[in-house]
Amino acid sequence: MSLFRNPSDQPLWKDEFSVFTADERYVTRRQFTKFLSLASLGMFAGNLWILAKTFFVKTPEFPSTVVAELGEIPVGGVKLFTYPAPQDHCILVRTGDDKYVAYSQKCTHLSCAVYYSAQQGRLECPCHQGYFSIKDGSVLQGPPPRPLPRIVLERDAGKLVAKGVKVGEHG
Amino acid sequence: MADLPSPNQRRGLVAIDGAMALMVILLVVQIWLLSATLEGFLAGHHGVALPAAIFSGLLFAACVTIDAFVERVDRESRKD
Repeated sequence: MSLFRNPSDQPLWKDEFSVFTADERYVTRRQFTKFLSLASLGMFAGNLWILAKTFFVKTPEFPSTVVAELGEIPVGGVKLFTYPAPQDHCILVRTGDDKYVAYSQKCTHLSCAVYYSAQQGRLECPCHQGYFSIKDGSVLQGPPPRPLPRIVLERDAGKLVAKGVKVGEHG
Repeated sequence: MADLPSPNQRRGLVAIDGAMALMVILLVVQIWLLSATLEGFLAGHHGVALPAAIFSGLLFAACVTIDAFVERVDRESRKD
């Protein structure tokens, strides 16, 4: 069985590169179903690729980095820092006397930088009005499809230390 | 003037058109499945990858089966 159309006695090149435009653009039903099958194979391969990624991706190791001194920022105040790499911008917010939270500053929609709105008590993306909960980084409104990655913070001798990044988890 | 298709050929064409429509529907479901799986993967939900891959494989098998069916119907309808 041939994958190519060859309905006439003409050589294949004359069939495929016909002087008649209509002939050249003609697609048979069998060709079209083969194309659909190939597209389906492509989708399946994509799913297999994602599956392979879940099996072979190892958990990244995050460094411990001091991001702020306790009491360095006022209640409702923010501090910007980078973690774990210098190009990964994050935002630290002091939400209470003894409460600190930190998230990646990159909106999960189109990567605009989010900022903290103290009045509304939420993180806001100015590009497309995507809002995130300050409590757990979950999406409150707008187009972002996922929560903000959360920076794991620990206290060590009066300092706030970033210990890791939790992606796609609430709380 | 071109010859009119025989009743058998007409039936074959209808069957092939129906099969093609079914394949398009299966492909749309597969595209949605891939995008949803990717979205879940990026959100850290790795558990969805295996069932999605199995279901996508089943959809692909269905497409191949329909393709074989189209092949057979086409061959048989050309006999007339």
